[in-house]
Amino acid sequence: MPDIIKVEHLRYVYSPGMPDATTALDDISFSIREGEFVGVIGSTGCGKSTLISHFNGINRPTSGKIYIGGEDIWADPSQIRRFRFQVGLVFQYPEYQLFEETVRRDIAYGPRNMQLDEAEVERRVREAAAFCGIGEDMLEKSPFDLSGGQKRRVAIAGVLAMEPRVLVLDEPAAGLDPEGRDTILSQIKEFHRRTGTTIVLVSHSMEDIAKYADRVLVLDAGRVAMFDETAKVFARAPELLALGLSVPEVTKVFLRLREFGLDIPADVYTIPYAVKTLLAARERMQGKAGQTC
Amino acid sequence: MTEQNMLEAQRVAFRYTEDGPNAVDGLSLAVRRGEFVAVLGANGCGKSTLAKHFNAILLPSEGCVLVEGVPTADEDRLLELRQKVGMVFQNPDNQIVATVVEEDVAFALENLGVEPGEMRRRVDEAMKLAGIYKYRDKAPHHLSGGQKQRVAIAGVIAMQPDCLILDEATAMLDPIGREKVMHTVHRLNRECGITVVAITHYMEEAARADRVIVMSHGRIAMEGTPKEVFSRVDEVRRLHLDVPQPAELCCALTQAGMPMPDDLIGVDECARALYRALTGKEAPQCRTS
Repeated sequence: MPDIIKVEHLRYVYSPGMPDATTALDDISFSIREGEFVGVIGSTGCGKSTLISHFNGINRPTSGKIYIGGEDIWADPSQIRRFRFQVGLVFQYPEYQLFEETVRRDIAYGPRNMQLDEAEVERRVREAAAFCGIGEDMLEKSPFDLSGGQKRRVAIAGVLAMEPRVLVLDEPAAGLDPEGRDTILSQIKEFHRRTGTTIVLVSHSMEDIAKYADRVLVLDAGRVAMFDETAKVFARAPELLALGLSVPEVTKVFLRLREFGLDIPADVYTIPYAVKTLLAARERMQGKAGQTC
Repeated sequence: MTEQNMLEAQRVAFRYTEDGPNAVDGLSLAVRRGEFVAVLGANGCGKSTLAKHFNAILLPSEGCVLVEGVPTADEDRLLELRQKVGMVFQNPDNQIVATVVEEDVAFALENLGVEPGEMRRRVDEAMKLAGIYKYRDKAPHHLSGGQKQRVAIAGVIAMQPDCLILDEATAMLDPIGREKVMHTVHRLNRECGITVVAITHYMEEAARADRVIVMSHGRIAMEGTPKEVFSRVDEVRRLHLDVPQPAELCCALTQAGMPMPDDLIGVDECARALYRALTGKEAPQCRTS
C-alpha cells in the first residue's frame, strides 16, 4: 500500500535564534501507509503535538520534508490550504472550538469552506453526525447547551465532515469517563473500518492504544524511539518504562512476577490474555509438582 | 470542636436553572481535616458541580455547605474561604493568566498582598513541589499541556491552602506527569496536613485515597475505603466505571476457575497473591518500588 504520510529528516525548533530556542523534533523519519490505524505515544513534552501539527502544515519544518499522498506539502506554500482539507486534525479538547449557533451549522463549517454545494454539505453533515452518534434532534440545538461528551462528538463530526484522507486525533478521550471514552474510541474505530480512512491516534492511555492501534510510534525527546506493531512494542515494556512511559497495570503485575523469579511472559497487556497466560502457567507448574494437592 | 470537619455538605441540592433537574440531589458528606477523599462517577453525575460548592463558586439551591463550620453563603468571609480552599481545574489553558511561569504562580499572592521576600520563597517552593522550577522563566504557551497544569497547581499550592480540590486536574497529563502531580498532592496531604478532595476518572488514583465516594445522579452511590469499594466489581461497573486492573484481573481469574481474593487493588499485592496461588510459596521480599 502507498504511503499517505511520509516524514523525512524533520526537525523543528521553537523560537529559532532566540535565547530560549528549543528543539522540539530532531531528525524524525517514518511513513504511514494508507488505511493504517497508528497510535502515537510519548511522555508530556516529547513533541507529539508539535509533530502532528506538521501533518497539515500548521507548523512548518525548520528543516526536512513532509509528504502527503506523495506530494511535498511545502513545495508551494501558497497551496498549503489544500492539505488542510486532506488531513483533518482534531485537537485536544476540541469542544472549546465550537462557535456556531447550531450544531448543524458548526459541523457544516468545514465543508462550506471547501466550497461544496449545499446538497453535498448537507449529506456530509448527516453522515458525520451519524458516525458520531449525534441524533437529528440535536442538530438544531446550540452546541453550548450540550454536555461535555456531546460537544466533543460534535467537534469531531466537524472534522469528519471534511472527509479527510487522514484523521489525526490528539487525546480524543481525555477527560471523559470510562464509558464516554469507550464510546468515542469505538466510533472512531468503526469509522476507520467502514471508510478505510487513515487514523493517527495520539494518546497517553496505553490501554487504549493497545486496544485500537495496528502500529505504535513511540516518541522520546523529539526523536522516534520505536515504531512497530502494537504487540511488539508492548513486549518491550521495561524499555517503555525507562522512557518514562507507563505500561498497563496488568503488565506491571507480570513484570513483578518475573522479578519474583517466575518464568512468565512480559508482553501481556490485556486482561483476557493475562488470564490465559496465568491459567497456562498454573497448568505447567502443577504438572511439575506432580499433582501433589 | 477538636475533630472539626474541614468540609461538610448538608442535604445539598443544586439546579443550574430554576425548573431544571437537580445536578446535586440532597447529598450529605463530611470530609475530616487531613483526609484524602477521591470522588468518582460517570460524566454528568454531579461530581464537578459538588466540587464547585466547596469554595463557593456555586451556592446550594437547598441545604448548606460548611468550610470549617462557616457556611459558604456567608459573603463577608468569601475571600478567607477562597484562600482556605484552593481549586485546580481540568484544563490548564483556562487557568493561566501571566506570560511568564513564575509570574503566573505568584498571581494570587500578589493579589493577596504577600510581602516580596515571603512571596519569592513561597513561589520557589511551590514551583519545586510541582516540578516546574526549571521552566520558571519560560512562557506558559511554550509548555506542554501537562507542564502547564503543574504551573496551575503550583499557583494554588503557593497560597498554602488548608484544603485542595482537584477537579479532574490530572485528566490532561501523561501517566508520568500524573504520577508526579499525585505524588506532590499526597505529600502535601501527608506532610503538610492539607485536606484533599480529588475528583477523578482514574481508578489507580482513587485506589490510593483514604476514602472513595462514587456518585451517580447527584447522589452518593457507594462509599468506603478503596478496597471496600473496588471489591464490588459488578456494582462499580453498573455505574459505568472501571475498577483498577489488578481487581479486574482477580475477578476474571475467579470466573475462569482460578479463585483469587476480591480485594486486591494494587500491583504488588496482586502479584504476591498470584505468586502464592501459582507456587504455594510466599513471594520473596525483594526491592521496594
